[in-house]
Amino acid sequence: MSDTLFHRVWNAHAVRTLASGQTQLFVGLHLVHEVTTPQAFDMMRQHGWRVAFPERTFATVDHIVPTLSQRRPFLDVVAEEMSVALERNCREAGIRLWTPDSDEQGIVHVIGPELGLTQPGMTIACGDSHTSTHGALGAIAFGIGTSQVRDVLASQCLALDPLKVRRIEVNGRLSRGVYAKDVILTIIRRLGVHGGVGYAYEYGGTTVDAMTIDQRMTICNMSIEGGARVGYVNPDETTFAYVRGRRYAPDGDAFVRAARWWKSMASDADARYDDRVAFDASSMEPTVTWGINPGQSVAVSEPIDAEPDDEALAFMGFRPGARVRGTRIDVAFIGSCTNGRLSDLEAAAEVVRGHHVAPHVKALVVPGSRGVSRAAEARGLHEIFVDAGFEWRGAGCSMCLGMNPDKLEGRQVSASSSNRNFKGRQGSPTGRTLLMSPAMVAAAAIAGEVVDVREMLDPVPA
Amino acid sequence: MSHQPSAITHVAGRALPLRGDDMDTDRIMPARFLVSISFEGLERHLFEDDRNADPGHPFNDARYGGASVLVVNANFGCGSSREHAPQGLVRAGFRAVIGESFSEIFQGNAVMLGMPCFATDRRSVERIQELIEQQPHTMVTADIATGAVAAGPLALTATLPRAIRDSFLSGQWNPTSTLLDRFEEVRAVAARLPYIRGF
Repeated sequence: MSDTLFHRVWNAHAVRTLASGQTQLFVGLHLVHEVTTPQAFDMMRQHGWRVAFPERTFATVDHIVPTLSQRRPFLDVVAEEMSVALERNCREAGIRLWTPDSDEQGIVHVIGPELGLTQPGMTIACGDSHTSTHGALGAIAFGIGTSQVRDVLASQCLALDPLKVRRIEVNGRLSRGVYAKDVILTIIRRLGVHGGVGYAYEYGGTTVDAMTIDQRMTICNMSIEGGARVGYVNPDETTFAYVRGRRYAPDGDAFVRAARWWKSMASDADARYDDRVAFDASSMEPTVTWGINPGQSVAVSEPIDAEPDDEALAFMGFRPGARVRGTRIDVAFIGSCTNGRLSDLEAAAEVVRGHHVAPHVKALVVPGSRGVSRAAEARGLHEIFVDAGFEWRGAGCSMCLGMNPDKLEGRQVSASSSNRNFKGRQGSPTGRTLLMSPAMVAAAAIAGEVVDVREMLDPVPA
Repeated sequence: MSHQPSAITHVAGRALPLRGDDMDTDRIMPARFLVSISFEGLERHLFEDDRNADPGHPFNDARYGGASVLVVNANFGCGSSREHAPQGLVRAGFRAVIGESFSEIFQGNAVMLGMPCFATDRRSVERIQELIEQQPHTMVTADIATGAVAAGPLALTATLPRAIRDSFLSGQWNPTSTLLDRFEEVRAVAARLPYIRGF
């Protein structure tokens, strides 16, 4: 019988129906980080519960790590205390942890796929809303809160209601200078920041089919910014090629059997969806946010289309009908679980090569993981950035979220490849964030203001 | 927080109106207050940046002191999954939120803390907010089973998702013990999954 990947994965992991009518759902992979878990481990201790499946639980430190110097102890004593707490909790429970002094540390949503932990057909949970990222490999991945982290530690299960599935079809070819980030910003702009509540977003169509896993991750990552807790792409040959050879991936004959199972979980061509929407990729443009949520965006060529009394306009200092293009920036940030992977750094480096950061701009490149750092350095990307005046930092969440030393100051304007432009998000209560693709951030860093990256790129890729 | 939850059937108390759609959890609880290994004291930092920017912010307004029902607009609690946001609200004494709509993760976190999020239409929310702004001492009651909300002379109907409603009424809103009840079934599912059993 035809079905969607969402329902197949759900059914394969359903333990039973609870008295409330919710499903007790088994979590195949639990990813843990330092910010949303210390209280969960404390609750476990209070009740004398043990971690049920430590071998299905993996941890990293990402949100609070400084990116300038990652030497221990961290200068921030509370950050150090949080790291020590996670180390102790993982040691006691027998959970594999990648600390900042290991070669695999990085943002949880970067290292999961990178290490081959994230695989098609899995259920995944993590105390972080951007867990939707892992759906790019055909997993069903939920962001959860700390009490739910406790539940997963104790029982490897969540009590959940099933979601409806909305098929988001993106067809056509993206123009040069238009990236996965522009696709997801365009989707959220049209469907709204609340439009996905109650839904899992299944992304497909020729544009998504042609995308790399990195690009699919950018799209799935921001599903939650459209209100959808889960986003995914059906696994295909691109997925299998990505997973093959990674440390935790099956190999040899086991890989062949795995790929067969993964394929069998994908949505059927005639699957029925609760809703369908379609987008034309060929008409998409480089997109920038002007407001205080990720749905408030425009194509870089367009004027802002907001009400004059909008709180967002007042906070950001834009007039109705103004253009974001030409806005002077103070900070350029390339990184985050949305856009901190190798291909993101490559796209930015293509723009940066042979140019220099404008003198008034502080520009940072923060690789999403140690693995991304190593791969970028092997290709000489760090030299392109450093020669151009960017700072080349250690791996972490950095300036995406103001939980570590990388923060905006005062009313600074930031061109950022991250995922949220909420008030105060980048660490200054009055700081202003303009979300855009890594290539657009690179272009803004060089020009000192928001520009159209298409004007800085050669017509055909080098 | 208790792990032997009891049934919650209704909420009653004075209310605090907080206007604005898409109120994200970074605004409810700015990220710097998450740099801690405990939830203690979070109630002091609710909406801290918004409160500093606006002396007239409802969370600065003494007339709403002691309120236990928060009345909000659409898509409340969007963004980050940080439980620190509802933890701050519960620790400040809030026992229910009434609004037009909620982010799914926020609503799930609130349930785990015994704080139901009642949804009703935009006009009804605004009428309650207007009433509370004019008469802050108005008692607001909300009934879990029926969704009936009363605020002074106003009577309206709100909804909770069915499973959430039933989990409050049955006292199973904090489900850890339930999830551990039949653990052999959990092990059986794990043993069937090819990626756990081995491909």
